[in-house]
Order: sequence, then C-alpha cells, then structure tokens
Amino acid sequence: MSILVNKDTKVIVQGLTGKTGTFHTEQALAYYGTRMVGGVHPKKGGESWSSGVDGTSLPIFTSVAEAKERTGADATVIYVPPAGAADAIIEAIEAEVPFITCITEGIPVMDMVRVKARLDRSKSRLLGPNCPGILTPEECKIGIMPGSIFRKGSVGIVSRSGTLTYEAVFQTSNEGLGQTTAVGIGGDPVKGTEFIDVLEMFLADEATQSIIMIGEIGGSAEEDAAQFLKDEAKKGRKKPMAGFIAGRTAPKGRTMGHAGAVVSGGKGDAESKIAAMESAGIKVSPSPARLGKTLVEVLKG
Amino acid sequence: MNIHEYQAKALLKGYGAPVAEGVAILKAEEAEAAAKSLPGPLYVVKSQIHAGGRGKGKFKELGPDAKGGVRLAFSIEEAKAHAKEMLGNTLVTAQTGEAGKQVNRLYIEDGADIARELYCSLLVDRSVGRVAFVVSTEGGMDIEAVAHDTPEKIQTIAIDPEAGVTAADIASISKALELDGAAGEDAKSLFPLLYKAFNEKDMALLEINPLIVMKNGHLRVLDAKMSFDGNALFRHDDVKALRDETEEDAKEIEASKWDLAYVALDGNIGCMVNGAGLAMATMDIIKLYGKEPANFCDVGGGAGKEKVAAAFKIITADPKVEGILVNIFGGIMRCDVIAEGVVAAVQEVGLKVPLVVRLEGTNVELGKKILNESGLAITAADDLDDAAKKIVAAIEA
Repeated sequence: MSILVNKDTKVIVQGLTGKTGTFHTEQALAYYGTRMVGGVHPKKGGESWSSGVDGTSLPIFTSVAEAKERTGADATVIYVPPAGAADAIIEAIEAEVPFITCITEGIPVMDMVRVKARLDRSKSRLLGPNCPGILTPEECKIGIMPGSIFRKGSVGIVSRSGTLTYEAVFQTSNEGLGQTTAVGIGGDPVKGTEFIDVLEMFLADEATQSIIMIGEIGGSAEEDAAQFLKDEAKKGRKKPMAGFIAGRTAPKGRTMGHAGAVVSGGKGDAESKIAAMESAGIKVSPSPARLGKTLVEVLKG
Repeated sequence: MNIHEYQAKALLKGYGAPVAEGVAILKAEEAEAAAKSLPGPLYVVKSQIHAGGRGKGKFKELGPDAKGGVRLAFSIEEAKAHAKEMLGNTLVTAQTGEAGKQVNRLYIEDGADIARELYCSLLVDRSVGRVAFVVSTEGGMDIEAVAHDTPEKIQTIAIDPEAGVTAADIASISKALELDGAAGEDAKSLFPLLYKAFNEKDMALLEINPLIVMKNGHLRVLDAKMSFDGNALFRHDDVKALRDETEEDAKEIEASKWDLAYVALDGNIGCMVNGAGLAMATMDIIKLYGKEPANFCDVGGGAGKEKVAAAFKIITADPKVEGILVNIFGGIMRCDVIAEGVVAAVQEVGLKVPLVVRLEGTNVELGKKILNESGLAITAADDLDDAAKKIVAAIEA
C-alpha cells in the first residue's frame, strides 16, 4: 500500500515543454513507467512531446480541463515558472483535478493566499508549492525526487525540505527498511498540504509501519502536528516515529532560503519544535545524517 | 527586502494614510532647511537604519550618557545640533548586534501630541493562509515582550482575501484597539488602505508601532517598518528602487544578483548546498562537530554552471573562510552541473583552503567523474556525517 499515488495514478504535466518539465517527465517515465499521460500548453495544443531518452510521445492539450477529459488524468504536476504558477494551480483546481502537485519555487506569497482561498472551496488536494513532489517506490514518481535512492518498504516519510527528504529516503533504504511513500510538503509559508494531512494518511495506511517527519524553523506546523499525534495516540492510533528539525543554528529574523523558514517574534525556533515533537513520542535526531539509524533504534525499542 | 521608515511612510501617504510631515536628509547642513519646512515647534530627529529599537539604542562614538537614535527637538537649533551629532555615527540597538549600524540618513519629522500608543501590524498568517492584522493596545514598546508577558493583549484578525476588509473586520480591529470618536472614524479608512497597500505591493510585513491616537482624537502612523516579499519584486520596480544597499552585506548583495539564497554568518566553514532544508541541516551538523558555519547558501534547484560558480566565488572570497563544504543531494539539481560549476570557479579564482565535496542523487556518477578528472585537490565524502567530520578535521589540521 501507499498514500496519495500508486501505479494507477495518471499524471498530466503543466509546463511540460520547458527544460525542467522535460527533464523530470523523462525521469518519471523511466521510473517504473509512471503513467505520464499528457501535457498542457495554451499555445501548443494538438502538438506532441517526445522523451529524449526513449522516444515516448505524449499529447499536448490547450487546457487542463481538456487534458483531464481526454486522458482521464487524476493528478497534475506543475513546473510553470513563478509568475504564472498560481494561475496554473487555479486552472487545475477549476478543472477539478483531484491531486495537484506544484514544484515551482519562488511564487509570491500573496499569489498563494489567493490560491488557498480558491483551494479551500474545492475538492482538490494541493501538494506544495516549492516542494520536491511525491514518490511511491516502484509505482509512481511525481516531481523531482531522485528515484534511484528509493526502495519499496515500510517507512512513510514527510518533510518540509526537499533535499532532507532525500536524506531520509537514502538512509532508510540503506538500513533495509524502504519506504511506502515519501511526501515533500514544501518550504513555503502558505501551502496546500500540511504535516497533519499526511500524518493522518500514514496512520491510516496499513503498509506504513513507521514514520519519519522532517521539519524546519518557522511557523507552528510541527507543533500542530505534535498535538495531532498526541490526540490520535489517545485514541490508540500510534506508529513509531523519528524526526529532525533543520535550522537549530539559524540566526533569528533571517529568512533561510525557504520563504517559510524564519524565526520571528520568539516563535518558530528549533528548540520548541523539537520539544513538541519529543513530547508526542517522536525520537528527534540531533544529526541529519542519523535519521535512518535513529528510526532503527526506535523500532528496536 | 527592507526599506527605511521615511520611505515606508511616503508609500503609505500615497495610499492616504495619516502620517506626519517630514524630510529625509543625508547631510547635517540640510537639517535647518528641513526643520524650517515643517510646522514646528516640536520636531523629531530619527535615525534611518534597517533595525528596530532605535529610540533606546546608543551611539558607539558618543558614550553611554548621550541621547539615543530617536530624539525630540524643541527648536530648529536643537534639531540641527542633534543631526550633527547623529549622522555618520554608529547606532547600536537590540537588533543591530554589537557592531551596530552607521547612520547615513536622518528623518526630521513634525512632532505630535500623543494621547495613546497602539500597535498594529499586517502579515501573512501562515496557519490560515491569509493576511492578518495583529493589534494591541500596548503600543510603543517591544511587541515580543508584550507577546511573552501579556499574550491576551494581542489580537489577530485574519482577512478573507475574497471579501477584503469588511465593516465587521474594522469593527473587530477598532474594538481591540478601543477606538472611538474621531479615531473610530479614521479607522474606517485607515485599515482598508493598509490592507490594500500590503496586497498591492506584495509586502511581507507592515508594522506600525506605534499607531497613535493624538490629543485631538485622530489617528496617526508614528512609525512604520516595511518589508517586501523577495519573490514578488519582479513586478514592483518602484519598490526595488527603494533598496538601500549600504544597509546590506556586500556578499549578500552579490549573491542576490545571482538569485542565490545566501546569509552571511560568523563562523569559518563556508557551505554550498542545494535545498534550504539541507543547507540549514549542513550548518547544524557543522555545529554538532564543534565548528561554526561562515554562511548559509542554497544554490537552489534549477541553477546552471555559472550560478554555481558565482556561489563558489562568493564563498571563497570571504576572508573568514578556512574550509569549504559542498553538500549536494541532487533532485532537480544535477550533480554534474554542480561539479562543472565548482571546477570552473576553482580554475578561475584558485583554491587556497581545504574543499570537501559530498555528492549524491541525480547524475551522481557523472558529477564524481568530472571532479576526479579535474585534477583538483578535492576531498570526497560518502555522506553528510563523513563530510562534516572531514571538513572539521581539515581545518584543524
């Protein structure tokens, strides 16, 4: 089992014809034949796109609505540049695509406020923006995660940071545990899917036997997630967990790359997040290089 | 991106906000003409630096008994004297760090008769994904202290982006700030215009501390701190023009030209990493092994060879740097691009300190091959732990 995506997920690409969209679509097709079914470009409808790797050809449609209708896609991935990314997400919401992943980094926050208002009234789920996407090993790769480091297994991974997701994946693969699904929720302050949404799905997924959660400074999503886990544990829903918080050494008031990673007004610092996570029973690793080993220690009890 | 108080006030004035008359000056000789152009007889001489706590701040050169960075003047002569004393000196506040900031600009403003000092800020409340007003009757002081000591005195009112600031929102904010009479009437135009300015200019923070009720019962914006969403500057040339580069670190300015996420720090291990989370984690692990990072540097996802080379050059140009750790877990970023960028930069500017490189992820074999064939003195690392140990050992050797 897995969460959100599997071998049946059909994916269209918004921004397929650009350099980034092309490279990562080729990679997705090469990853256990992820079902990439088409692309969207307002001016290139009717043309087709070919993979430079194996020559696979995908049809290009004028709009998301048309692409969804013609291909039966239930997911879309967005590689559109920042200035147009919010409109691309809204187009996908209006076309009622069930699962939208936005990889784009650098979308203005006010654009995401607009998207969020639209999203709240919709049936779609948005992952990201500014995220690496989602990958279920040997089944489906949406986004930019390197497929080669994954291994089918039992750990659910959720992270605000792309590259730290890879660390967690790589280390759990090396420990022989493997993953059910890895989800990058993204580093922006206003986003679609939060830790709690993903944790709920991992708790409900039978194949997921343990969870790694990676947070970072800024906001209170980790504290909210810790409270959620405590509440669920009271109902008897609990899985072994390891975690990490990036940014212990970050200076206050400075934005550390991710627009959402800033400690302000005494809130959002690493220590309070670590304390909240540990109080919810998560073993927090002091080193990002020891995520896998920390989880193994938890599993051994 | 931050701007000065006087720039923020001019911007708000353009939206119709009540601000005092004032003149910004760069030279002490300009103080007299500036003061003369104001109604008087009370003036305020305010240091313009990108840091808070100016009123309580002290000038390094003037000793502990001298007045702070915001001063009242009861005559034009006094305003002139203050300007002469303040300009060019270094103001140390709770937010500047010990080094302080040189005061290169002053803002001379018409004084106000203050009845009450309030706090009002706008920011994006990430928990609901909306712009929110954060208000308190406890203005004029450090809001973080208010939040810590009396959190019940701070109220947050989030605005529905599809409805804008409604009459009910104005009523909530006014109630929280205990506004009535003329101030209550002023509120009906002030809060919607602040929200409009915040939205239209893509601000990250608009903080008015204090917002005052004057003795005549009207509201006035007495101080204004404004910062903008760096990701939205592409659509605001007018805001970009307000940037004061003398307030920023030279390395950070160079980095921003290349669209690199770079923050200068105090340690001696330079870092070049892809991904903000991994970049922070790399800093954390350096500290875990007992050393301090010289910088935060995220080269980002879609960087080309030139951008990687630029980042590497900024890091090597920092005289504090005694060793460099390159840590890449390629996803969208390909390891071969990183390798090419590092090699190109080293060939151009040389390499005088130890360099440890850890590559993993997309195109890792190709990246390693490029580094190996370059003939450069690079120490390869297997994983992040190994990389941190090796760079710490290298600078201790």
